[in-house]
Amino acid sequence: MTQPVLSVRDLKVGFPTRRGTLTAVDGVSFDIAPGEVLGVVGESGAGKSITGAAVIGLIEPPGRILAGQVRLGGERIDTLPAEAMRKVRGRRIGMVFQDPLTSLNPLYRIGDQIVETIRTHSNVSAADARRRAVALLQEAGIQGAEARLDSYPHEFSGGMRQRVVLALALCAEPDLVIADEPTTALDVSIQAQIIALLKRLAQERGTAVLLITHDMGVIAEMADRVAVMYAGRIVEIGPVRDVVLNPHHPYTRGLMGAIPPVAARAPRLTQIPGTMPRLNAIPPGCAFHPRCAHAFDRCMRERPERLAVGASSEAACWLYAEPNAPQGAEPAVAGPEVGA
Amino acid sequence: MTAPPLVKVEGLTRVFDVSRPWLERTLAREGRRLLTAADGVSFSIARGETLALVGESGSGKSTVARMTVGLLQPSAGRVTIDGIDMWATARQRERQRLRRRLQMIFQDPFASLNPRWRVARIVADPIKAFGLAKDWHEREHRVAELLRLVGLDPADGAKYPHEFSGGQRQRICIARALSSMPEFLVCDEPTSALDVSVQAQILNLMRDLQDRLGLSYLFISHNLAVVRHMATRIGVMYLGRIVETAPAAELFEAPRHPYTRMLLDALPDLGMTGRPRRPIEGETPNPIAPPPGCAFHPRCPHAYEPCRVDVPALVQRGGRAVACYAVDTGRI
Repeated sequence: MTQPVLSVRDLKVGFPTRRGTLTAVDGVSFDIAPGEVLGVVGESGAGKSITGAAVIGLIEPPGRILAGQVRLGGERIDTLPAEAMRKVRGRRIGMVFQDPLTSLNPLYRIGDQIVETIRTHSNVSAADARRRAVALLQEAGIQGAEARLDSYPHEFSGGMRQRVVLALALCAEPDLVIADEPTTALDVSIQAQIIALLKRLAQERGTAVLLITHDMGVIAEMADRVAVMYAGRIVEIGPVRDVVLNPHHPYTRGLMGAIPPVAARAPRLTQIPGTMPRLNAIPPGCAFHPRCAHAFDRCMRERPERLAVGASSEAACWLYAEPNAPQGAEPAVAGPEVGA
Repeated sequence: MTAPPLVKVEGLTRVFDVSRPWLERTLAREGRRLLTAADGVSFSIARGETLALVGESGSGKSTVARMTVGLLQPSAGRVTIDGIDMWATARQRERQRLRRRLQMIFQDPFASLNPRWRVARIVADPIKAFGLAKDWHEREHRVAELLRLVGLDPADGAKYPHEFSGGQRQRICIARALSSMPEFLVCDEPTSALDVSVQAQILNLMRDLQDRLGLSYLFISHNLAVVRHMATRIGVMYLGRIVETAPAAELFEAPRHPYTRMLLDALPDLGMTGRPRRPIEGETPNPIAPPPGCAFHPRCPHAYEPCRVDVPALVQRGGRAVACYAVDTGRI
């Protein structure tokens, strides 16, 4: 196997408060190979965005990385001084955020913004940079790129703006792109266009992508592998097909069952009782055990390690450590219930 | 269906004036700018039925919802509920009584609850307003019953909205909507602010309540999967008009209007069937200056001459209706 572009080991991110430190990301590890798209999926508060921010070194103080390593192309970047990290950002890691309006400066023409980014990261003349900007916008599917270079962000629609942001993220030919909910603010039809574009651009350049989203549909469309997060931890990770079609962790099963199917009208949706714990009240042992229909005493005491399940997935669940565990058993999760 | 529909909406139109202020407009020598958010929308909802309106942002679904529930006066058209015209000037008393029978659930459970009121007071307010309880004691009893109905604890009535999560707040909104014992609920994106697992809880609850109380829903959503799960019939909206209506199963099995086809094509494929996914080309046009003829024609692969000239009418055929010249003439 080739060296991964990004390698995260036991990442722990905490936010100190008056009542002690809240751990938003707790012992997260994953690799992304060149050209691979790793999807990180989870509900709000699961720690997906914080994981992305930690990789790129943009955790808002007083939050900070408490432990673990982040390596980009084998080199540690979590310990880099701020100035050196600034060079990594944009040059080697591109970033796409949810709201394209906030990632573009409303006072500058988009051409100037792209040219500035290109010239910051590579030593080219203004004319060359402009030519490259036109090519990039064209590649991102913006018609009449030459003329649109002189438009301001507000003159673009939401989908077009997100294309500009994609062009901006890719203009320094980074090794890794972090896309945090890149399609959440967009309409369904535009969403499909942006996913197709991001996928194509990443494939053509062999760029690794860390795709953060709450939408399983987006993951199924675009990711090669997927990591499911719950309460700051990865509960299941594996090839997207395995995780989507044959989930092992009870939380992943519940999550998949909660999505209304399109093929036929389901009588009921699977319901996971309760809600995700707050950061100041994460239960001991497996964080999911109070909501889990299969929990037994070990789940309440010991925190589960990631164990190999199925063909090439891993799930952090004690069910798969027991010799008589229901390996690959029927997805019998939480019965129907109105109140929760 | 022989029984008369509970809700009947005919030719509902709403025009918004989005002109700049008079002085600026005069200085810039430009005229008024009008935005037609809904244009001749008609549908009916039978008792116990769920009609879903689906469409992208700016298609006018929320405007139609607000007009149907009586929050927004239509520029033209009629809303009739159980035979009573909601906006007619006559029969004032009857219309007031009608208000009790329809309620609305909003998208944002954070903005739609008064943060300074305790939950019990929020839920009791419609009971008080419509004088539905004899005394304080009966009201308290009703509130406890409603909270239990939506899966909350009667003791939660003493808390404030900020003490609840998004899903629980939406339960409070549902309890409040049900407190006046309505027959018809308008739900405008009730779950789009919620996480999937919480969304499943709310959707299940809404379906249970429908079965138990015989409610009719007008369900507004941009999420096709959610619509598929909730609706008995679906209306697809594009730029202020309904372009297709059909029973839910039929619409998903055999969409007819090119826009509906594209929307279904753009759905993420969770079953991993490897179905090739064709993204929709282009974007929704500016509603202030919509294209002439069929508003969808610039993005439509089947568009031909008449589509660029006239607006196609919604043609009824069997249980479904489609507004498309290409479908009418059998081209597709």
